[in-house]
Amino acid sequence: MAEELKVFRTWSSPFALRVVWALQLKGVPFETIYEDLSNKSSLLLQYNPIYKKVPVLVHNGKPLAESLVILEYIEETWKQTPLLPQDPFERATARFWARFGDDKVLPSIWNVFIKQGKEQEEAMVTAQGSLKYLEEELRGKKFFSGEKIGLVDLAFGWIANLVDVFEEVKGVTLIDHENHPLLLAWKQNFMDAPIIKESWPSRDKLITKYHAMLEAYTAKEAAAK
Amino acid sequence: MADEVVLLDFWPSMFGMRVRVALAEKGIKYESKEDDLWNKSDLLLKMNPVHKKIPVLIHNGKPVCESLIIVQYIDEVWNDKSPLLPSDPYHRAHAKFWADFVDQKVYGPARKLWAINGEEQEAAKKDFLEIYKTLERELGDKPYFGGEKFGLVDIALITFYSWFYVYETFGKFNMETECPKIIAWAKRCMQKESVAKSLPDQKKIYESVLDLRKIRGLE
Repeated sequence: MAEELKVFRTWSSPFALRVVWALQLKGVPFETIYEDLSNKSSLLLQYNPIYKKVPVLVHNGKPLAESLVILEYIEETWKQTPLLPQDPFERATARFWARFGDDKVLPSIWNVFIKQGKEQEEAMVTAQGSLKYLEEELRGKKFFSGEKIGLVDLAFGWIANLVDVFEEVKGVTLIDHENHPLLLAWKQNFMDAPIIKESWPSRDKLITKYHAMLEAYTAKEAAAK
Repeated sequence: MADEVVLLDFWPSMFGMRVRVALAEKGIKYESKEDDLWNKSDLLLKMNPVHKKIPVLIHNGKPVCESLIIVQYIDEVWNDKSPLLPSDPYHRAHAKFWADFVDQKVYGPARKLWAINGEEQEAAKKDFLEIYKTLERELGDKPYFGGEKFGLVDIALITFYSWFYVYETFGKFNMETECPKIIAWAKRCMQKESVAKSLPDQKKIYESVLDLRKIRGLE
């Protein structure tokens, strides 16, 4: 039976990008379906009734949601170009950092972007604390996963393409040469990697999108006061 | 070389309980070290410097943190008996999705049922019951979330059962009335020795919460 593989995504979703990168790194062909999140397709709602979000992977008619879950499924199904180490302790460590990224790093950086005043300051302190761990984790390594890109790098991919967009739109500095030389080196290596760079979202489009998002959010907050 | 397994734990923690259940399922001998969360041990701070939380599994001196990551680690290392995840990749992913759902959704509202008073508590009750009803639909008529076998999702969720008396008392509802299939499933899980010996008595948890509420000025 011919494989049928579909990825539901948006052009900018960093979570969906992880799935796209994983499949491309493994050389697995798939069909892309772009969603308009303001007008979600009935298929998306059928395939992801719990969260109603992208990404969704549909493999031979069977849907999966949540990017980190999807990444592990991809890893177990297509064994070429492994994204996770074999050793259970190293695997647990990789899962730990991937979760840390989503549970701690992303929310704090997001809060630096959308909050104002004291809340923004507090978010910056938290964000810097989290980024320090990432900087330490990169010591002696080119990528979080070692010599080659792996699951943790894909999970942190949003740091490479979104953080400087947030910095420019908001007028803040999150990652700098003095405090995060390794993270900046990682970012460059990641951005330059073949396959990764072929699916890089347009920076101009991201600037426009997040500019609009920040304006809308700020207006909403002002109206609520 | 004999395996050295240490678990940094805190008796009422539903996250610590998950690891106890997994270790018991696999018949692994381990040393349990109780951590006092208001006076964290040097060992805990050394083994989990990022989150400073239990549970931490220390296997031959190396720490593994985050309860669901620990459970998967246990399953991968001690893979000769009692698999906690199915072998088929799609079913494994399905299990990880629902375990992650429990992690993302249950704790927040559950905690608000007893840790605060007032309007937010009412909203938390609504969320809590909605989430459990979603879980009940996912369970359906299966004996366990994984189907015929007890597994990762069951482990992720059953530990909250030890807190049900707390939730019911402060939330003023009855889980048997609201989610009968969940109660039936919970009782089925409690028949397993690995679960029964890993979960503290519901009344003991309730008493510790009463103390906590006094400290927080809620009583």
